[in-house]
Amino acid sequence: MLLNLNPEVLEITLLSLKLSGIATLISLFIGLPLGTVLALGLFPTRRFWLSIVNTGMALPPVVVGLSISILLWRSGPLGSLGLIYTPAAIVIAQVVIAAPVVTGLTVAALQNQDPRLQTQLYGLGASRIQMIWLLWKEARLPLLAALMAGFGAVISEVGAVMMVGGNLLGQTRVLTTSIVMETGRGQFAPAIALGVILLLLAFLVNLVLTWVQQRSAHK
Amino acid sequence: MNDVLELQDAVVQRNGREILNVEHLAVRPGEVLTIIGPNGAGKSTLLLVLARLLLPDEGRLLFEGRTLGRGDGLAYRRKIGLVLQAPMLLNASVYDNVVTGLRFHGISKAEQSQRAGLWLEQLHIGHLSGQRAGSLSGGEAQRVSLARAFALDPEIVFLDEPFSGLDTPTRTRLLEEFQLLLANTGKTTVFVTHDMNEALFLGDRVAVILNGKIHQIGAPDKVFAAPASPEVAAFLGVDTTVAGVVITVENGHVVVAVNDQHVEALADVRPGRPVMVCLRPEDITLWDGEDLPASSARNRFSGPITKIVPRGPLVYVEVDCGFAVSAAITRASAREMALEKGKRVTVTFKASAVHLIPRQEAEALPGDPA
Repeated sequence: MLLNLNPEVLEITLLSLKLSGIATLISLFIGLPLGTVLALGLFPTRRFWLSIVNTGMALPPVVVGLSISILLWRSGPLGSLGLIYTPAAIVIAQVVIAAPVVTGLTVAALQNQDPRLQTQLYGLGASRIQMIWLLWKEARLPLLAALMAGFGAVISEVGAVMMVGGNLLGQTRVLTTSIVMETGRGQFAPAIALGVILLLLAFLVNLVLTWVQQRSAHK
Repeated sequence: MNDVLELQDAVVQRNGREILNVEHLAVRPGEVLTIIGPNGAGKSTLLLVLARLLLPDEGRLLFEGRTLGRGDGLAYRRKIGLVLQAPMLLNASVYDNVVTGLRFHGISKAEQSQRAGLWLEQLHIGHLSGQRAGSLSGGEAQRVSLARAFALDPEIVFLDEPFSGLDTPTRTRLLEEFQLLLANTGKTTVFVTHDMNEALFLGDRVAVILNGKIHQIGAPDKVFAAPASPEVAAFLGVDTTVAGVVITVENGHVVVAVNDQHVEALADVRPGRPVMVCLRPEDITLWDGEDLPASSARNRFSGPITKIVPRGPLVYVEVDCGFAVSAAITRASAREMALEKGKRVTVTFKASAVHLIPRQEAEALPGDPA
């Protein structure tokens, strides 16, 4: 199965990669600015929001699946959108899981920087946006790590994906849900093969990100 | 000439505690104003307020006679340069670091290159241009930080103890080069330091800050020769400060009663005025025994040694001559004189070495004649 990649497995693999990639990118667009505001902003409710984000980092995926299912269920508040058991539902669940991870690690990356750097940059005439851009550049290594952690969280996710996606062949069947299904049937050979593909995929994506990260570390 | 920068009634509080309270401070065009004070005195806070990197809880900042409002921050910050104690370089090449501010200002690439080249050469780091900032020594990193600030051609340069993290030879060399740089550029400069030598060496004027307040401001030689208060005197290394009362004044020649002794000084005070008598340890000469040759020193007192404290290359000897006098001598002299606690010695000092600080009439202090 591994050597003769059949079209069905290829489709499942590509769908896994596509949905996890989209969810990670959306999480980055949410997590990077939100994490920056929480790391640099001085507002009274900051600690409260930080606690929410930190709790979100440890959110049980099955609870996420349940909540999104209730929201998207045909009779639920957003049922009219018809998203339950669609790829979009999977992306929504994955974003809810990955965005707090990216946000929390962005906060940690920026707060780990010397606060005097901000003073120095302002003292050289930086606008707020120029200052933030440079802080991101300086924190590029931990920020890439945040991206890797976000991708790792969604590519390996199964519970929520199964609940909101439904594991429909050709529509919402991804690597993790296929593995669960094959194992349930007692078909260990294809389950192992899919597991190896999942591992390879995670390895390859992280290899690319690590290469980018380490290249910028030594530049 | 109008002041470039003026701070009025500035108050900064932190956790309910007042850490800065400056009624008025002006920076004149082209001058080097050094702000000197001990750790925690509020020097850096004052610098940040002057650079508008910290908004005071009260007070206002005027730049070229105009009060800076809430929306003027960026425009003002683009007229200044800042060098901190830690160079705070980016994880990039030396060149990229030097042009950081120029990029913020939207300067063209050609001009960035021209200005960076000029200032890298001025600070003798042209050969490091392509090197990573992380591989530089402390002195080189601080040169990059200076080049980065001066490349902006700022109207005012703010420096917060830029040389205090460096080893002594590097610091001495950089300080000399920096003085030359300031002389050549004529930049208006605010320089914060806790080091009196740096303040004396660089400053056209010195402001002494203690506990968040400016206690004295003036030409360095005047401030160091005539501290305005016992607190300033103590900070500036005037080890001997004793209370006394002026008993006679004749053509500026003053006799002050300190306990049962008479100290001669040169000052403009009236008889009966309570004063603090201040003496620098380096102005005191210490003699073995009590039979001395005639000299021009008007003050001569004998007594036993009460304390011997070695400090660096010097030894500080405290003598009880009716009031405690501290003298600084070299370690070699201390050895040759075989100084020890209890040994009787004589101290001499000129009337011109005595500085008198007037004090409140009602204030009675140890040393006042009974």
